[in-house]
Amino acid sequence: MNRYARLVIIVLFAGLLATPFLIRRFGGSGGAAARSPHADPIGQYGFRLTESAKASGIDFVHGGPTLDPKLAHIMPQVASMGAAVSIVDVDRDGRPDLYVTDSKEGSRNRLYHNRGDGTFEDIADRLGVADLNQPDTGVSMGAVWGDYDNDGFDDLFVYRWGRPDLFHNDGGTHFTRVTTVAGMPAWANVNTAVWFDFDRDGRLDLFMGGYYPESVNLWKLADTRMMPESFEYANNGGRKYLLKNLGNGRFEEVSERVGLASRRWALAAVAADLRGTGYPDLFIANDYGVSELFVNDRGHFREVGREAGVGYAPKSGMNASVGDVLNQGRFAIYVSNISEEGILLQGNNLWVPTGSPEEEGIPKYENLARAMGVDLGGWSFGAQFADLNNDGFLDLYLVNGYVSASRHESYWYDFSKIAGGNQLVISDARNWPAMGTRSLGGYQQKKVWISDGAGRFLDVAPMVGVTDRYDGRSVALADLSGRGALDVIVANQRGPLLLYKNEVAPGRAWIDFDLEGGCRADATNGCSNRAAIGAQVTVFWNGQQQLQEVQGGSGFCAQNQRRLHFGLGSAPAIERAVVRWPSGKVQVIPNPQPNRVHKVEEPA
Amino acid sequence: MTTQSIATTPSAAPRRIPIDQRYLAPFLVTCVLLAGQLTFGFLESWSRTFLAISTAIAVELIAVRALYGKWPHLASAYVSGISVGMLVRSPAFWPYALCSAISITSKYALRIEGRHIWNPTNFGIVAMLMLAADAVAGLSVQWGNNLLPMVVVWVFGIVILRMVGRLNITLTYVASFLFFAWVRALVTGHPFLSEAAPITGPMYQLFIFFMITDPKTTVRPKWAQSLVTVIIAALECVFRLMQFVYAPFYALFIVGPIANLIEIAIDKKKAAKRAQQPVTP
Repeated sequence: MNRYARLVIIVLFAGLLATPFLIRRFGGSGGAAARSPHADPIGQYGFRLTESAKASGIDFVHGGPTLDPKLAHIMPQVASMGAAVSIVDVDRDGRPDLYVTDSKEGSRNRLYHNRGDGTFEDIADRLGVADLNQPDTGVSMGAVWGDYDNDGFDDLFVYRWGRPDLFHNDGGTHFTRVTTVAGMPAWANVNTAVWFDFDRDGRLDLFMGGYYPESVNLWKLADTRMMPESFEYANNGGRKYLLKNLGNGRFEEVSERVGLASRRWALAAVAADLRGTGYPDLFIANDYGVSELFVNDRGHFREVGREAGVGYAPKSGMNASVGDVLNQGRFAIYVSNISEEGILLQGNNLWVPTGSPEEEGIPKYENLARAMGVDLGGWSFGAQFADLNNDGFLDLYLVNGYVSASRHESYWYDFSKIAGGNQLVISDARNWPAMGTRSLGGYQQKKVWISDGAGRFLDVAPMVGVTDRYDGRSVALADLSGRGALDVIVANQRGPLLLYKNEVAPGRAWIDFDLEGGCRADATNGCSNRAAIGAQVTVFWNGQQQLQEVQGGSGFCAQNQRRLHFGLGSAPAIERAVVRWPSGKVQVIPNPQPNRVHKVEEPA
Repeated sequence: MTTQSIATTPSAAPRRIPIDQRYLAPFLVTCVLLAGQLTFGFLESWSRTFLAISTAIAVELIAVRALYGKWPHLASAYVSGISVGMLVRSPAFWPYALCSAISITSKYALRIEGRHIWNPTNFGIVAMLMLAADAVAGLSVQWGNNLLPMVVVWVFGIVILRMVGRLNITLTYVASFLFFAWVRALVTGHPFLSEAAPITGPMYQLFIFFMITDPKTTVRPKWAQSLVTVIIAALECVFRLMQFVYAPFYALFIVGPIANLIEIAIDKKKAAKRAQQPVTP
């Protein structure tokens, strides 16, 4: 043996062992900044978020359900969803209101009406959309709003572990339950739903993704074999529903007929035209498995997850949101997963489009979450893209935390033990070790990743004022006071609803678009749904562009305001805005003025 | 799990087998990879696994050439690399290369009496879990939704281990694990199936077929192999009761070298005794 060579090997070996430390010290952890509030976040980062729910008259605290006693030993983790928030202008007064779901049996959902003076009033009881959580009908998991009859008022769909409910908005003053007439399924354990016009007939259709199988009543279990058959390859979840809007207040379930068959455990879905075909495609983030991408071929869906690159490496998908993160006129897709140091490092996915979708009709994606610094977010749930500091680039707000109970005892070991087991073991709740009061991925710091515009994100959450450690589920964005800044609303499981008011640095311009499709209750030919869900706006300014789309639900159990908000940075020279309506019409708005809301109606 | 794994101890195998046994371990670990990836895609990504393999091979080539002036047989580096590619889970790329590099260099940097005492991949994995927990986790998923891939791996594994005379280690470990799972169930009050569940996952197939059977880092007598295996399972049980997720790796990391050091010491003592004995004409 060459002694000198051995000496070199030993030195090299020591260097290799020191490498992780050196990477931490000098490598730039990517996405992480300081951990304490910054003295001048507006000067440093261009914005500040101030939690002000109580000051705004919001005192909501979410409660979790109590399911069948057979699940008592693992109740905290099974009954761990249901806190959700969606944005709607319920009475068309021009101000966004908040609908918030509760999940404790007997609890009431809230509809916080925006008074316009910075405060809110709960009008859910008065309008008939509060008392929706009972054991015989199930408890709320979330809600999405869409004007299914094109009468100008957004209607409410509440999905549950239980019976889904559709409410017609009667002019913003009352709601009428139309569940039976509409033809909703009798029972489904749904955790995601989106409104979209999949066949471009001018009427909004409804997608629902099942989590637990629809045969399972979580309050009256026949047996305990209702858990996923695998931690990463489960195919025994709830079915999917696609309710085609027939136009007479009725819907027809067509999922199998149009190719939307899946038994994966859906937790989040987003619909967007990812290929430029004019038809909205559907991306589903599944728990216990790979994500699915259903491309829409003129009203018929085809699952192309593997061909697109998103259907490998199964994880625990809990969020689906889209954003033009590189200002290239194309959507990236963000999927949240689980990361716990030294135990389970799935990493979140940021699927960035590569190549040209025109080549084969199937978009290709590459996961750039690590490269862009948005991969590690703890036990991640809801996330939304938004230009929080109006600098012209989309930022990313992520909430996380699964079960925050004991601060000293963790369930991670037992969880990992069962998660690696064969389906005969994992699928039966009886085999799961008792959780007791232990935490699982609890008390986690949220992420507010701001984009540098060059493909890197920096986490500034504590510095800009986001320091809560609740178990975040749903996050939605809206300009609540019409100041040209997106506020952040967060629904926490067994925790308070948080309202982060956003103060943006002066001098940063913005532009908003409030779209209205041309279809009416009695006219749906050659026009777009009135809520304009599916309409795309591209703003061209200062030699760059950004694409956004009106959506009928995104993130995790959430829906942003329908009005599209673009940050523009300083002194923007806006060349044009291009609106591509779901009907296929293209409308060009030359030189639109910044710092104002543009109300745009679809041309005849 | 290591370059010198399963097949590289000629004395351990029946001589009638005409197959070059150096290829048995690579064949089996490739079966594990293909069974897992083609049936349900359990790799983080092909590219990460390829990075781990290529790094292991490159480091092996450089190290052996530099140390001994010859080119090595690459079977063992391939096994180490492919094992790292399967066992390491990380959204980043660098841990795959680093773990492979640590695994291979550990063989040449940590030697006692010309023998490396840690299983290289075990050393690499434990080093990564201890030093880079923020960037690395271990393989902890299950074998898809059916038992077929696992059955295939077990059939191949048993046949090959029998050929190379190391089946006793694997069977002893499985029996010990199940016994200690029963003990843990008694202690914790958890269902036996939840305690036994981990052994049905691919991490354990790799551990059982490659790490604890590595000829270069296990003791020679069969009774001693079995005894050491029982001790590893017992220590793993203790670590599991302390809620260490990657308990088997830590147990082997501690017990394996101690057993080897004891054997080295005994060998030295015997050699010294032999040297003192007069040579009889």
